[in-house]
Amino acid sequence: MAEEMRIVLRNYGKIDPLNIDEYIAAGGYKALEKAKGMNKIDLIEEVKKSNLRGRGGAGFNCGQKWFFAYQTNADQKYVVCNADEGEPGTYKDRLIMQGDPQSVLEGMAVCGYAIGANKGFIYCRGEYPYVVDILNQAIDQAKAKGVLGDFDIEVRMGAGAYVCGEETALIESIEGHRGEPRFKPPFPGVEGLWGKPTIINNVETFANIPVIVDKGGDWYAAIGAPSYPGTKVLTLTGDVNNKTFFEVPTSTTIREVVYGLGGGVAGGKKFKAVQIGGTSGGFIPESLLDTAISFDAMSAIGATLGSGAVFVMDESRDMVDVVSKITKFFEHESCGKCAPCREGTARMNELVGKIKGGKGSAADIALLKKLGGVMSIACLCGLGQAAPAPVLTTIGHFAADYEDKLV
Amino acid sequence: MSYKEIIAKYAEVPGGIIEAFHAVEKELSFLPEEAIAEAARVFKVPAAEAFGVASFYSMFSTKARGKNVIRLCESAPCHVAGAAEVVAAIEKELGIRMGESTNDGLFALEFTECVGQCQATPVITINSKPYLDVTPAIIPNILAEYK
Ligand SMILES: Cc1cc2nc3c(=O)[nH]c(=O)nc-3n(C[C@H](O)[C@H](O)[C@H](O)COP(=O)(O)O)c2cc1C
Ligand code: SF4
Ligand code: FES
Repeated sequence: MAEEMRIVLRNYGKIDPLNIDEYIAAGGYKALEKAKGMNKIDLIEEVKKSNLRGRGGAGFNCGQKWFFAYQTNADQKYVVCNADEGEPGTYKDRLIMQGDPQSVLEGMAVCGYAIGANKGFIYCRGEYPYVVDILNQAIDQAKAKGVLGDFDIEVRMGAGAYVCGEETALIESIEGHRGEPRFKPPFPGVEGLWGKPTIINNVETFANIPVIVDKGGDWYAAIGAPSYPGTKVLTLTGDVNNKTFFEVPTSTTIREVVYGLGGGVAGGKKFKAVQIGGTSGGFIPESLLDTAISFDAMSAIGATLGSGAVFVMDESRDMVDVVSKITKFFEHESCGKCAPCREGTARMNELVGKIKGGKGSAADIALLKKLGGVMSIACLCGLGQAAPAPVLTTIGHFAADYEDKLV
Repeated sequence: MSYKEIIAKYAEVPGGIIEAFHAVEKELSFLPEEAIAEAARVFKVPAAEAFGVASFYSMFSTKARGKNVIRLCESAPCHVAGAAEVVAAIEKELGIRMGESTNDGLFALEFTECVGQCQATPVITINSKPYLDVTPAIIPNILAEYK
């Protein structure tokens, strides 16, 4: 039976998030003090040893990334917290920032010390002005207490663009431009915000840092799945009894999440599919529910862990109807910089709409598959590359929903 | 405060044009052409670039719209929870369609993607304030708060 384990949400609901004294009384800012007493390279080694991998979706080794920025010489470096949280069905970063904002600030300050940066930005999505208020109050309190030392943090707001969660688009947006992704390399760790070495990590990644510094990399590496250790905060939506959030070790299976913590499918109906990781995640059928939610186990079944959104659908749901909302989303959110995505997302939405309207043929399904294959390799950024996944996985696992509608 | 005064407050913020646009929208509900041109001057970018920024982000409107902006989430979790019925109820209550504003200038009605309150779908926001587990029946009460 799956059980919760709270690392990231260690203080959630237990302390007053707007009272820094309660965070400190709960052990807060001890890790930053400990980190500052360490050699920078030893600190980075400890984070590497924990094998903490980014919680923003790409799963890159956090300590490894920090090492790149540490190595690069520059007069100025930056730490950026990605709080854009645009994946539909995801609200875990909001929970962390609303419930324990100081843990994010502390994680960023540890990173700042490790790579040699004295300036941090939190890029918070424009839909969360009430979170921006909390963050600003938390920063004011931390400054007043002097706990951040010479590390300064500023909050910047997005303005409603999913693509700005992509790290280089996010940088463009902080710089005051349209949020269009940059070509990589150079990677942000070498040339990022205003051309300076920049570490970008997700909110949940930063919230893990103080605990890792405090308890050590070995302790963390032993939790959950060895290749993607630790916990993951999941948010459950759709046709599930417990539409709420859970933090679980990464070795937990999808079945345990949906049927254990999630309480099973709502209304006594039968399970049909679950989409994990947000709108760009693959759809998963009943037969694959015993897969662990860890990054690599999910990749192995052609799905993703992504943001940790868990969207459950019961037997009454038509996959083509759900997917039509998703293809519309991608057409709308494509930034238009590269042709395979600009054109591809539009054509994909058109083809799915045609099938949904009862006008599609088997040739249209073949075309969707071909188009999806091209997009997943030819698009410039992760948005276009991942956009075909919901279409391709539903064609793969739920072909009948498409075939029923063909002329 | 005039848009000029608002924008001037952000003049020293590197990359502050987006923050400035947010502040102008808070006051006027949209970005008038003159305000975008003023921002271009203050942030020393070509006018085309300032318009490019204003038109890129979905929270910014370059067209006049109602004072209270109602946004309705149409992402998949809200969709399966019955967002379409909520759309119909708001359209009926206000006598406008999605994408329009009321004649009295009080409300604008728009779609949005997920606003990160998915624990209680369907969700609408008014001036970014979330309303959870929305049903057609409670729409009149919610809107009355803004009348
Ligand atoms: C279209 C797109 C949207 C993304 N949205 C987010 C987001 O909302 N939050 C986030 O942390 N990472 C997002 N990412 C991933 C970031 O590019 C980046 O990998 C991440 O912030 C790195 O932090 P991490 O290593 O701690 O995960 C997105 C990527 C793409 C391609
Ligand atoms: S893949 Fe799409 S979102 Fe990414 S750069 Fe190309 S057009 Fe923009
Ligand atoms: S899906 Fe509607 S608020 Fe998240």
